[in-house]
Amino acid sequence: MSLLTVENVSKAFGGLAAVQGVSFALGEGELLALIGPNGAGKTTLFHIISGFIKPDTGELRYAGGSLAGLRPHDICRRGMVRTFQVTRPFHRLTVMENVLVGALERVAHRRQAAKVAEEILAFTGLAEKADQLGHSLTLPDRKRLELARALATGPRVLLLDEVMAGLNPAETGRLIELIRTIHRRGITILLIEHIMRAVMALSQRILVLNYGELIAEGSPEAIVRNSKVIEAYLGEGYSGLDA
Amino acid sequence: MILRLVLGLAAGAGLVLLPFVASSVWQNLLITTFYFAYLGQAWNVLGGYAGQLSLGHAAFFSIGAYTSVVLHTHLGLSPWFGMLAGAVLAALVSQGIGFLGFRFGLRGFYFVLLTLAVAEILRLVALHLPILGGYTGLFINFTPNPWQFQFKGKIPYYFVALSFLGLASGVVWLIERSKFGVYLVAIREDEDAAEALGVDTFRYKMLAYAVSAALTALGGTFYAYYQFYLQPNTVLSMHHSVDIMIRPIVGGSGTILGPILGSFLLELMGEFSRTYFAAGAAGLYVVIYGLLLIVVVLFLPRGVYPTLLGWFRRALGRHA
Amino acid sequence: MSLYVQAIINGLLIGGVYSLMAVGLSLIFGVMRVINFAHGDMMVWGMYLSLWLFITLGVDPYLSVFFTGAAVFILGAAIQRGLVNRILTAPHEMQILLMMGVGLVLENLSLMTWGPDPRRVNVSYALTTFWMGPIVVDLPRIVTFALALVLALCLYLFLSRTDLGRMIRAASDNQTGALLVGTDIRKVFTLAFGVGAACVGAAGSLMTPLLPFTPSSGLLFTVTSFNIVIIGGMGNLLGAFVGGLLVGVSESLGAVVLVPSLKEIVGFVLLVLILLFRPQGLMGGRR
Repeated sequence: MSLLTVENVSKAFGGLAAVQGVSFALGEGELLALIGPNGAGKTTLFHIISGFIKPDTGELRYAGGSLAGLRPHDICRRGMVRTFQVTRPFHRLTVMENVLVGALERVAHRRQAAKVAEEILAFTGLAEKADQLGHSLTLPDRKRLELARALATGPRVLLLDEVMAGLNPAETGRLIELIRTIHRRGITILLIEHIMRAVMALSQRILVLNYGELIAEGSPEAIVRNSKVIEAYLGEGYSGLDA
Repeated sequence: MILRLVLGLAAGAGLVLLPFVASSVWQNLLITTFYFAYLGQAWNVLGGYAGQLSLGHAAFFSIGAYTSVVLHTHLGLSPWFGMLAGAVLAALVSQGIGFLGFRFGLRGFYFVLLTLAVAEILRLVALHLPILGGYTGLFINFTPNPWQFQFKGKIPYYFVALSFLGLASGVVWLIERSKFGVYLVAIREDEDAAEALGVDTFRYKMLAYAVSAALTALGGTFYAYYQFYLQPNTVLSMHHSVDIMIRPIVGGSGTILGPILGSFLLELMGEFSRTYFAAGAAGLYVVIYGLLLIVVVLFLPRGVYPTLLGWFRRALGRHA
Repeated sequence: MSLYVQAIINGLLIGGVYSLMAVGLSLIFGVMRVINFAHGDMMVWGMYLSLWLFITLGVDPYLSVFFTGAAVFILGAAIQRGLVNRILTAPHEMQILLMMGVGLVLENLSLMTWGPDPRRVNVSYALTTFWMGPIVVDLPRIVTFALALVLALCLYLFLSRTDLGRMIRAASDNQTGALLVGTDIRKVFTLAFGVGAACVGAAGSLMTPLLPFTPSSGLLFTVTSFNIVIIGGMGNLLGAFVGGLLVGVSESLGAVVLVPSLKEIVGFVLLVLILLFRPQGLMGGRR
């Protein structure tokens, strides 16, 4: 029984079909990567799964119940949390307060929540920056903060949207390790990524989206050799070549 | 720690003794300052902490004022109870506006306009309701009876206003320390990000609105029984709404001391301009308010208090 | 029946000035995405300027319109260069607050200069009326309407036929694109704000023979302008123009159906409805 099932989901904006008939299942404890060229509809799909956009068609089921009509905060309460592609720290709050917002979802009392927040800060390597204001953080720290905030809510499923974008190789390596550790703790992860190194290092299974359609699904090795995927990224001329 | 306690006690003693040594003019000044600081604090809950700019708070103010006056005049109900009725009514109205605004996704400028439109509609309606006095306004009979919220001399009003301010500031202080407060500022900073982290933004905005409206309404009752005259074009005007919000914004919205400092600052500047520039003073002090607002928005966007605090902290070096 | 027709005619005539007012605001918002909360107060300055010219030099407000427009243009450009330029990318709330501060200053400077009593320009032909069948129309209203149309037409020609106008439209449609083709965006902004201000200053002159005004009329004009612009569609000039006529007519009808002193309520109720159900306005597309 899958934790998250997405069935035949479509969404169009005006005349543009952003997502077309996408179906897939995410099992508990899996680490699934969602890749595809820019504009393929990956973030739109995330918006739909996390409740920010209503799909035109299709059904979404999570933990045995339907996601239809649920607001993002409801979905978060049920254990599925997302991060944003362009980081959205609470600018005038400290790093600690940022994570506190997430922790209060898990634990109602401020003092206990503060303890949870401290743990999370230590776990994600942000403990020293606890008093820094959200708007003054560097990009790698913002990415960590996005992750830390989401983790603080005590999620069952993490939807990570391009967490690695803009990081240098060393930072990317650290974040890959962090995500691996999170995954090992039993949290299911669905990540949108462009950085192939991270995708290959982390994912057990890969979904490929192009022009809103799911064009391939499989193990990392299989995907890399899939002609449709190669075509999508590099154009028609390359799909015949040996991978 | 001891220093803080001593300073606090000294300030407290000062506040208690002040009205007895102050002249009538200064008493009035202080009452007005506390009163506007109170209203600013009430506005602060929604505007400063939740970050929803409202230009229609005159509506809640007036609901409080008119409700208690009408209940007093027609049913003999003491304004001490009437003001609670007014607060409840104002909170209900806020839920109505909030439901329309928040459910329909009105944010920022559009929400401001909604609050404005509602206040204006109420003003136009009030001008045509005889029970509210219509164009002539409502005169309230002065019978110095503390049980009827009317006092002889300014000193009792001083303490009532101060207590109101203490109450509102206490409420804000409690909010600041609670989960409610954290969620409100998260909503203010980034509503969608807050949603994604499990914050029921609709519910908390509605709650902030209700608290803000109820507190503002209580202030309306105070005004009614201090000025003894209510006219829709004064109490329900946009100018009045601006008056309510300008103090917390200049002083520092989203902080407890902001509205208080803002109120003192504006009142002092107003008095200064009135005293020394008597000729043409009719609008001068508001010109100064306008200039202050411009300066704050451009150069001190967080308000005077947080900016001063920042300077102070930096001057003390790494001491924070 | 003729009462309603009369109301519609009157509403249309005053709607012309409303349209001019709103078009000015729409231009400012369309180009800069700035919410000009001092719009009505600039109009009131135009009104007092006309009044002053009328009192001291006997200049008819319909003639001083051009001077007033130019003067308020300069005022608007100055405000834009000095203040608005600094908050172009700030959140809307800050813009509202800044312009509110400007409005307060403008309004109270007027108050200090002229006092709080209502003023009006009493032109000699104020009571001249024409009869069109059972409908009576007074001369000032017609002239106001005609001039408002003429000015709106001039604005249209300016925007569509001149280089400056095209730059403004380009900047309004696509700022980055305009920058790429070498537009000095700050000059365009200053120009656009100035033109928008000129519209509302001229509208003020045109209004003076029709209605009494006080320094505090500004806020109401501001909010009415926003009403119209939102009803017509933010940034949509034609929408603002049509919206002005619409609001003029509905106010006028409201005065007949309800009580004259309640006529503004129609506009506000309309605003609330549009905000809730069609915030992009009647003619607005996605902005």
